[in-house]
Amino acid sequence: MAYALPSAIRLARRLVTPKQLAKPRHPSVAAGKGAILLSGDMRMTDALTIWLALKAAVPETPGKKLDIDISDVASMDGGVMSLLVNLRSELATKGIAAEIVGGTERLDELIRLYGGDAEPKKRHKPRKAEGFVVQVGRATAEALSELKQVIAFFGAFVAGAVGVVRHPRTGNLRDIKPLIAKAGADAVPIVLLINFLVGFVMGFQSARQLQSYGANIFVADIVGLAVTRELAPLMTAIIVCGRSGAAIAAELGTMKVSEEIDALSSLGLGPMRYLVFPRVMALMIVVPLLTMSGNFVGVLGGLVVGNTSLDIGITAYLNETRSAVKLWDIGTGLIKSGVYAGAVALIACQQGFATSGGAEGVGKRTTSTVVTSLFAIVLLDALLTVVFRVTGV
Amino acid sequence: MKPMIAARDVSIGWTPENVLIEHVNFEVMPGEIFAILGGSGCGKSTLLRHLIGLNPAPAGEIEIQGVGAPSIRVGRPGFGVMFQAGALFGSQTVIENVALPLQEWTELPVEAIDVMARAKLRLVGLEGAEDKMPSELSGGMKKRAAIARALALEPPLIFLDEPSAGLDPITSAELDELIRTLSRVVGITVVIVTHELASIFSIADRCIMLDKVSKSAIATGTPAELEKSDDERVSRFFQRKTKAA
Repeated sequence: MAYALPSAIRLARRLVTPKQLAKPRHPSVAAGKGAILLSGDMRMTDALTIWLALKAAVPETPGKKLDIDISDVASMDGGVMSLLVNLRSELATKGIAAEIVGGTERLDELIRLYGGDAEPKKRHKPRKAEGFVVQVGRATAEALSELKQVIAFFGAFVAGAVGVVRHPRTGNLRDIKPLIAKAGADAVPIVLLINFLVGFVMGFQSARQLQSYGANIFVADIVGLAVTRELAPLMTAIIVCGRSGAAIAAELGTMKVSEEIDALSSLGLGPMRYLVFPRVMALMIVVPLLTMSGNFVGVLGGLVVGNTSLDIGITAYLNETRSAVKLWDIGTGLIKSGVYAGAVALIACQQGFATSGGAEGVGKRTTSTVVTSLFAIVLLDALLTVVFRVTGV
Repeated sequence: MKPMIAARDVSIGWTPENVLIEHVNFEVMPGEIFAILGGSGCGKSTLLRHLIGLNPAPAGEIEIQGVGAPSIRVGRPGFGVMFQAGALFGSQTVIENVALPLQEWTELPVEAIDVMARAKLRLVGLEGAEDKMPSELSGGMKKRAAIARALALEPPLIFLDEPSAGLDPITSAELDELIRTLSRVVGITVVIVTHELASIFSIADRCIMLDKVSKSAIATGTPAELEKSDDERVSRFFQRKTKAA
């Protein structure tokens, strides 16, 4: 009956009082003859100890067979079972047949649940990092795909805009007014403050140079021309890009990932006409108006400097500004601001429409909108300045 | 045996004037699968949010594993939660989502974490989807990945918000079977918010039914007991009958 002794001991060990059962037993992993012996409560809280002990318990030369004996295990959770199943697979890759043996009915079910009774699987190899050439190739392909999407978007917008011109009722024109309020009226304080400060700084910077030549009065010319032709359109567009451009991209991006844009299409309402057209129109109307306000306070900023630090009278300053700044100077600034507004709105809408991948995608596209818009504004500024210069206006 | 969850005279609502449910009492025993039932808008998910501590402690008393209701805190959680839409982190792959709690709350080496996270994904039938992004998964796969994440730390208690909603019958049945097996084999306690009758009958040991109109719990018992209830509101729910019928 010698062969029955271990089973009898095991049975006796299992015949414990409920009080004893409630007490947690320390987990133990030991190397036995042809087996790794586990005992105690094998819980997630001791997973690190068990993991290290399992690694250490594998003999240097384990032979062809090595069982994982869990007959003394009081309890085990899925986390530890996954470590045992992994050990079994690791042993199998070394040509060692290993089985998890001696479990109770419940533990056997846990073994099955975690695939410990199935054919051991090869260890998962971590993915190799992409090589330089692959990364460059993938980035190029993505950039080309993005370019294709951008071209397709602008094509669709032009088609949508022509459709709205032909059938104005399809353009969702009633959204333009609230969009103007959101992008325009709400932005007035920040636009006024920034442009005032730009005029003020511009005045200060030029005042020092002009004073040394006794040409104080020309501060009005410099501030007036710089603000109307360049700075007010540029600064206003930058503010609108950060405020409204980002907001449009985030709004449309969220609509895209929540399938609201698809829903609009399914209702027969073209997203270009319904969403993009009113946003582009709203910004193209409101940004030149904001720029006009910017022109006014920018000149005012220069006037404050001229009057306080260069002793130029208010009337003299305003007269000088009027003689230096022609109507067309203001006109070129307004044309620029209209172009910037169109660019910001179209970029924001395009980025919103290209959003995918949930909250993270929305964040990425919003950031991309601001960066791309700023780049576009500066690029268009350079382009328009050269065009106006070459054409002599 | 001490209950895993005890709710005594719990009333919840946004304001004292706008009460959602009042004077709710129930206990969930260890290893039990307990379903919170009710029609849309009756406060099932809100009650769940109070139980897991995402909403502030309501009027009354909630005890989880013998201690007062948890509040939002930083620390190893004593339970897992599967939210209705999965709530996987979009910037991480599926396996990174499952490995996150193991990385944060255990001292395990990367290799062991990888082993455990893969085992959990295999458990929920997502073997092969480890390196996918959540945006590449279907609704059912997201829910299964969320269950794997909820189970990562081997909690004794998990909360599942509408696990079967929007799934095809086979996936839904597979999910029910997994929950049932986990409860039986690992002894995990499951609190499930649902209104899927098939799921209720398939897995729930006991249920509590909330009612939007009376703002209270109108029945507690096994699914079979509730099905035979004399209360018209309960029987209508179980027999899928409209008021007119």
